[in-house]
Amino acid sequence: MSVTEYVIQQTINALSLGSIYAMVAIGLAIVFGILRLINFAHGDLMMVACYVAFFLVGSGLGFLPTVAIALLATAGLGLMMERAAYRPVRGAPDVVMLLTSLAVSIFLENVFVMVLSPVPRSFRDVSPAFLDVVNHWGPITVSNVNLVTLAATAVSFTLLTLFVTRTRLGISMRATAEDLIGAHLVGININRVVQVAFFIGSALAAVAGILWAARLGKIDPLMGFVPLLKAFVAAVIGGFGTLAGAVVGAYVLGFAEIFLIGFLPPALSSYRDAFVFLLLIVVLLVRPNGILGSTEREKV
Amino acid sequence: MLDLRNVHVSYGRIQVLRGVSLHVDAGEIVALIGSNGAGKTTCLHTISGLLHPRQGTIRYDGKNITHMSAYDIVRLGVSQCPEGRHIFGGLTVGENLTLGAIQRHYRPEIERDREWVLTLFPVLRQRLGQSAGTLSGGEQQMLAIGRALMSRPRLLLLDEPSLGLAPLMVQTIFKVIRKIRTEGGTILLVEQNARQALEVADRGYVLETGEIILEGPATNLKTNQDVERAYLGG
Repeated sequence: MSVTEYVIQQTINALSLGSIYAMVAIGLAIVFGILRLINFAHGDLMMVACYVAFFLVGSGLGFLPTVAIALLATAGLGLMMERAAYRPVRGAPDVVMLLTSLAVSIFLENVFVMVLSPVPRSFRDVSPAFLDVVNHWGPITVSNVNLVTLAATAVSFTLLTLFVTRTRLGISMRATAEDLIGAHLVGININRVVQVAFFIGSALAAVAGILWAARLGKIDPLMGFVPLLKAFVAAVIGGFGTLAGAVVGAYVLGFAEIFLIGFLPPALSSYRDAFVFLLLIVVLLVRPNGILGSTEREKV
Repeated sequence: MLDLRNVHVSYGRIQVLRGVSLHVDAGEIVALIGSNGAGKTTCLHTISGLLHPRQGTIRYDGKNITHMSAYDIVRLGVSQCPEGRHIFGGLTVGENLTLGAIQRHYRPEIERDREWVLTLFPVLRQRLGQSAGTLSGGEQQMLAIGRALMSRPRLLLLDEPSLGLAPLMVQTIFKVIRKIRTEGGTILLVEQNARQALEVADRGYVLETGEIILEGPATNLKTNQDVERAYLGG
């Protein structure tokens, strides 16, 4: 395999991993942009989507209808979370919101541990065999999971971009993230905007969760933690609170991770997460507001 | 049209308004003047529903709006152009105007008002596709007023529209305020620039440390010695 082929191969892998991070990071950023809330329970939404999918396929439903239902169920859970836990503390100090979201996360994880046991379950029978097929294009190998991930990302980002630039609700959402007082004063229905943000974020988390599980081949109640952390890092690297920043950060992270594995000596490659966080520290030292973050100071 | 009775507002334990009573009748321009920190902005934010009084009532067209949300108050036809503008800097000028009419749905009327706003502020027409954050201070102020007008308010609350603007721009803004009134609008105008404010207003109130200390026709306030000494630099 030549160097070019190797780079192409790793680029495909990096794009695929970055896409999953991006889907999760967008959900974090869209909610943070509006509420200044870091939703630690966001990773658990991925987990819930996977369990819903697991049981639906187990009961004999086809994969596509399963994904559709899992997506809606997860979005519904996201809306419930907002209504029950986050709306009562809206406007409270950041620390209160942070602790609330940690509490929601711990609560969900423990309910799933108690009811369904912490033992991982195989996702191999859930994701269709089609996803595991590996294509050989000359020396380059690409699995269908990667292709489906790229396609799902392209579709969902196109829809999201159209939504936030072409519809009044989407424009309201960007406006609310820009200036909450201004949004109140023009008469934007803030509750509606927040609900839409949770709906979109949760639906993307569901898609990302199922793709993540299809890669790993197993699910467990704590599976959301690692992708959540990575997405959080991605959003911070890119510039927290902006959608474009979340996407850029996610791909930077995806590339960094894949190429670190590729170029580090095997003895070090198991420390890749340490290098990822090193990258975070370096970016924050150089650009404290992230790659796309504005240099503008926070207004009083 | 608008009627505040004995309104008390606090931020935590700090009381900002102590029993403010004022009213605005349809077709009037009413000026609310006072120094920095007197509670003028708090007063407007309370009318708009961003803050709620601890005590007292606010009525609009006879309806009690004391505890209504900002969203419902805009729906009733009260719109505010806030101090500091609060335009959406990352959105285009056109999108900002669209959001001003977010609660309206009848497109031909929205289009007509958009034309009207762009006639009031022709410079905005050349900037429609530009992001609002790149406008000059004066242009941003025009956009903020234009955005407030896009809801076709029956009562317009203007908070410090001349703050930090070049004299020529201040003149333009006050020209527009007069124009809005001749077209039947009602305005509650908050200003530190008391002279200009009393020049366009029918009536005025003077707010000091959360209390109305003087009120009356603008012509009387202009010649009042206390007002002159404290706010007109006489």
